[in-house]
Amino acid sequence: MIGSLQTYQSIFSSAADEVRQFNTLLVIFLVVCAIMYTLVIAFLIAGILRRRRADAHVVENGMHHRQNPLMRTGLIAWGSLVGVGLIALAIASFVADRSLASTSAHERLSITVTANQWWWDIQYNSADVSKTLHTANELHLPVGVPVRITLHSNDVIHSFWVPSLAGKQDLIPGRENDITLVPRKVGIYRGQCAEFCGTQHAHMALVVNVEPYADFIRWWQHQLQPAVAPQTPLALAGYIVVTTGQCAMCHSIAGTPASATVGPDLTHLASRRSLAAGTLPMGKGQLYGWVADPQSVKPGSKMPTIPLEPNQLHAVVAYLETLK
Amino acid sequence: MKPAERDKEERRLAEERKRIVRDGPKLKGAKLEARLERTWRRPPGFLGWLATVDHKEIGRRYIVTALIFLALGGALALLMRLQLAHPDNALIGASRFNELFTMHGSTMMFLFAVPVMEGVAVYIIPLMLGTRSTGFPRLNAFSYYMYLFGGLMLWGAFALNIAPDIGWFAYTPLSGPQFSPGKRADIWAQMITFTEVSALAAAVVLVATILKTRAPGMTLSRMPLFAWAMLVVAAMIIFAMPSVALASSMLISDRLVGTQFYNQFEHGDALLWQHLFWFFGHPEVYIIFLPATGFVSVIVETFCRRPVFAYPVVVLALISTGILAFGLWVHHMFATGLPRVGYSFYTAASMTVAVPTALQIFCWLATMWDGRPRFEVPMLYVVGFIVTFVIGGLSGVIIASVPLDLELHDTYFIVAHFHYVLIGGAVFPLLGILTYWFPKITGRMMNETLGKIGFWTIFLGFQLAFFPMHFAGLLGMPRRVYTYPAGLGLELPNLLSTIGAFVVAASVLLFVVNGLWSLYRGAIAPPNPWDAASLEWATTSPPPVYNFEHIPVVQSRTPLWDEKGELPVVTGLRVDEKETLLTTVVAATPDLREPVPQASLWPFIAAVATGILFIASIFSPWAILFGAIPAAIALTAWFWPKDMKRQPEPVIT
Repeated sequence: MIGSLQTYQSIFSSAADEVRQFNTLLVIFLVVCAIMYTLVIAFLIAGILRRRRADAHVVENGMHHRQNPLMRTGLIAWGSLVGVGLIALAIASFVADRSLASTSAHERLSITVTANQWWWDIQYNSADVSKTLHTANELHLPVGVPVRITLHSNDVIHSFWVPSLAGKQDLIPGRENDITLVPRKVGIYRGQCAEFCGTQHAHMALVVNVEPYADFIRWWQHQLQPAVAPQTPLALAGYIVVTTGQCAMCHSIAGTPASATVGPDLTHLASRRSLAAGTLPMGKGQLYGWVADPQSVKPGSKMPTIPLEPNQLHAVVAYLETLK
Repeated sequence: MKPAERDKEERRLAEERKRIVRDGPKLKGAKLEARLERTWRRPPGFLGWLATVDHKEIGRRYIVTALIFLALGGALALLMRLQLAHPDNALIGASRFNELFTMHGSTMMFLFAVPVMEGVAVYIIPLMLGTRSTGFPRLNAFSYYMYLFGGLMLWGAFALNIAPDIGWFAYTPLSGPQFSPGKRADIWAQMITFTEVSALAAAVVLVATILKTRAPGMTLSRMPLFAWAMLVVAAMIIFAMPSVALASSMLISDRLVGTQFYNQFEHGDALLWQHLFWFFGHPEVYIIFLPATGFVSVIVETFCRRPVFAYPVVVLALISTGILAFGLWVHHMFATGLPRVGYSFYTAASMTVAVPTALQIFCWLATMWDGRPRFEVPMLYVVGFIVTFVIGGLSGVIIASVPLDLELHDTYFIVAHFHYVLIGGAVFPLLGILTYWFPKITGRMMNETLGKIGFWTIFLGFQLAFFPMHFAGLLGMPRRVYTYPAGLGLELPNLLSTIGAFVVAASVLLFVVNGLWSLYRGAIAPPNPWDAASLEWATTSPPPVYNFEHIPVVQSRTPLWDEKGELPVVTGLRVDEKETLLTTVVAATPDLREPVPQASLWPFIAAVATGILFIASIFSPWAILFGAIPAAIALTAWFWPKDMKRQPEPVIT
C-alpha cells in the first residue's frame, strides 16, 4: 500500500488551495533568491579572476587605504537591490498569508483532532449529537468542502502536518489552535507529527483520505454504526478477551462494554488503512504482530505488551478483523 | 597629617618608586625579556597549571576542549546518519536516537560553537589589541572551568546512560516533570546553567578587555573588525543569557520543587518556555555567526592585501545584526497559533536582518575585487564560506515567510538551512582562522597541501551531506525522526546525506591529522608569516607569556603595514610586578596602570564548588543551600583584599 503512493507526503502534490498558494509563493521566493545568489557568485568569480592592475589598492603599492569609488556606488546599489527584493518578498508573503487566513470564514465541516503521545484522536462534530463521530488516526475529508480542524493536545506539544493539504499547526496542551483547508484532489495523503513529542515521534502518522462527497457521507454513516457482533466462535472468544481483559482498560468499541478513552477508538479499526498511527499497514499479519508485541513494533508506545496464549491471540485478531 | 610627616611620606614614596623596575631605554632586549618572563610566568607544577590566569593558556584549553566536543558531537551525527541511511532501519532504537540528536545539538551549540569562539577570542584579542592580559583574568579561568565541568557532566551522563532525550531546545511540557521523569532533563537544564555562567563570565572578560586594554592610539575606529565582532557578541551574550537562565531555572524548579511555571493545568503556560528560550536561542545563532564574520574580515584583509572595504559599514552591520537578532525570536514559533497579524512583524524583522549580512558580504567581495587575493588555505575557506553561507542565508529568507515556514518548519529543510548557516557560516571560517592563527599559537605552519585537500573534501562533502536535506524536507520528512517509511521518495536524499556526512568526518579528521603533524613537523613560523597588519603578528610565534616586550602604540587601522621598521611603543610599565596599561574607551589614550592578578587556585576551587552545587541540586533542593557554603567560601577567598604595598601612580610621569 505504501509503495503505491509515491509522493503522498510531499508538498509538491498540492491537493489543496493552501498548498497551491504555498507552491506559487515558494517559486517567487526561489526566483528572487536565485537572482541574488547568482549576483553574489558572479561578483565572487569576477573578483577571483579579475586581471590585476599594477596600481591595485594593495599594501604592496602603499595604496591600501584608498577605496574604489565604483565600489562605493556598488555598495549603495547592492544595498538598495537587497532592500527592494526583501520588501517585495515580504509583501508577497503578507498577501499570501492574508488570503490563507481569509478562507477560515466559511467552513462547512468541523473536526476536532486531539493529539496524544503517539496517536491522533479524531472527532467529527455535528450539531446533531447522534451524528458526532469518534475515530482515530485516519481522517476522511470530502473533496471541495472547506473544513476547519480544531487542534488540541492531551499531553505534550505536537504538530499537525499533512504536507499535501496545508501547512502545520501545533497542538498545545491548554490551548486551542485551528487549521482550515479546502481539499481539491481526491486521493490518500499521509501526514505526520512535526514537533518532537517523545520516544515515538517518528511513528505518529495520520492517513487522510480525500474522497467524493457521496463516499464521505457513506463513510460517516458507516462509522456511526456500532461494532458488529462477533459471528464466529473464534471471533466471539476474541470479543470476550478484548472486552473483559486489559484491552478494554484503554480502548473503546462502540456497542460493547469497552468504553475507555485512553487509547484509540477501535470500533472500525479494520476499515482503516494503517495500524498504530501509521506504523504498519493494516492486515492480518500486522495485527498479529502488533497485538502480540507492540513494544517491539513501536518501542516506548503506551500500549504494553500483554502476554496472550496463542489461542487468545488468534481469537483477538479474528475479532479485530471483523471491526470493519 | 602634619607637613613634616607628609614630606617624609612623599620622600619615602619617591624612594620606593625609584626601586620599581620598569621597561624603557635602560631596560630592553634580552634583559627585559628575562625580567618579564620571571614576572609573568605561572607557578610551576600541576597546581600552577590549574592556577594559571594567562589568557593564552586558557584560550588554548578552550579551543582544544571545544574541538574535542566537536569531534564527539560529530561522532553522534555519524551514528544518526547511519541509522537514517535506509528507511525502517533497525540499527539504533527510538530512545537512543532521541538521546543522540539531543546530545548532538546540545554539544554543538553549547559545548562547541559558542565556547570555541570565546576561546579563540580569549587567546587572540589581547594580542590583537596590544596588551599583556585580558581584563579579569581570574574570571576568565573560572569561565573555562565552568564550561569544562558542564561538558563533563553532560558527557558523563551520556556514558552512564542518563543522557537527555528532549531535543536541544527542550520544549515544555515534554521536558517537564510529568513527561520526562528521571534525571535526563535535569542534566540538560543544569548543563545550560553551567554554560550560561561560563559564557557570561567570558563575555564580561571580553567586553572589559576590548573597551579598556587597547593599545594607546587604537581608537574605536582603528580597532580590528574581529574585536568589533567580539564586542557585539559579548554584549549579546550579556543580554541573551539571562533569558535562558530564567527559563532553565524555572524548568528545574518545576521539576525539583513542584512550581508550575510551565504547567498549563495550574495556570502556567507551555509556550512561556518557547518565548524565553528563543529570546536567547535566536541571538545565540548570531553569537556563533558574528565571530565568524570577524574571522572572515581578518582573513580577507590579510589575503587581499588591503583593509576591508567600507569599515564603518561593516561595523554598523555587526551592531545592527546584534540588535535585530533580539527581535526575531517568534519566527521559531510560527506554527504555535499566536496572533497571525503579529507574525508579519517577525517576518519583516527576519528579512531585515538579511540586509546587514548582505552588506558585509558585499564589503568582503569588494575588498577582493580591489585587492590582490592570494588563495592560501584560509582564503579558500572564505570562498567556501561565501558559496555555502549565502545559500543558508537565502533559505533563511524563505523560511522567514509565514506561509512558507508553516510547511517547512521542523522539517529537514530547516535542518539543511541551519547547517548551511552554522557549518558554512561559522565552521568554515573557524577552520580558516585556525589555519591562519595556528602559526601564532604553536609557532609552526600548518601543512598547505593537506590543508587544501582538507578544504576541498569538507566543502564538497558538506554539499553532498546537506543539500539533499532540502529535498527531504520538501518531500515531507520531519526533523528528529529516528526512522522513516520507504516509498516517500526519501531514500535517495538520505543515502546521499549519509555518504556526505562521512566525507565531512574524514576531512575533519584530516584537519586534526594536519594539526598534529604540523605541531611537531611543520615549518617554523616567523613572527608574521602571512605578512598581516594587526598587532598579534608584532610579537613572536608563539608569543611570550607577557605578549609584548613593550606595549605598542597604534596610529592606523593596519599598524604593521603602515609602520616601516619598528612599531612605536610606550614604556614605563612595571616589570617587577604584573602590570598593564588601561586606556580610555573611545580614544584609547593612556588612562590607568592596572596591576594584573597573580595566578590563583581560587577560580578553580570556586568552579569546583559551584559545579558541585549545580550537580547536587539536580538531586535535592537542599544542595542549593548547603552547596552555597563552599562556593561562598571560595569566592570570599578569591576576592580577599590584598595588602596593597604600593601607592597608585600617575600614568604619565
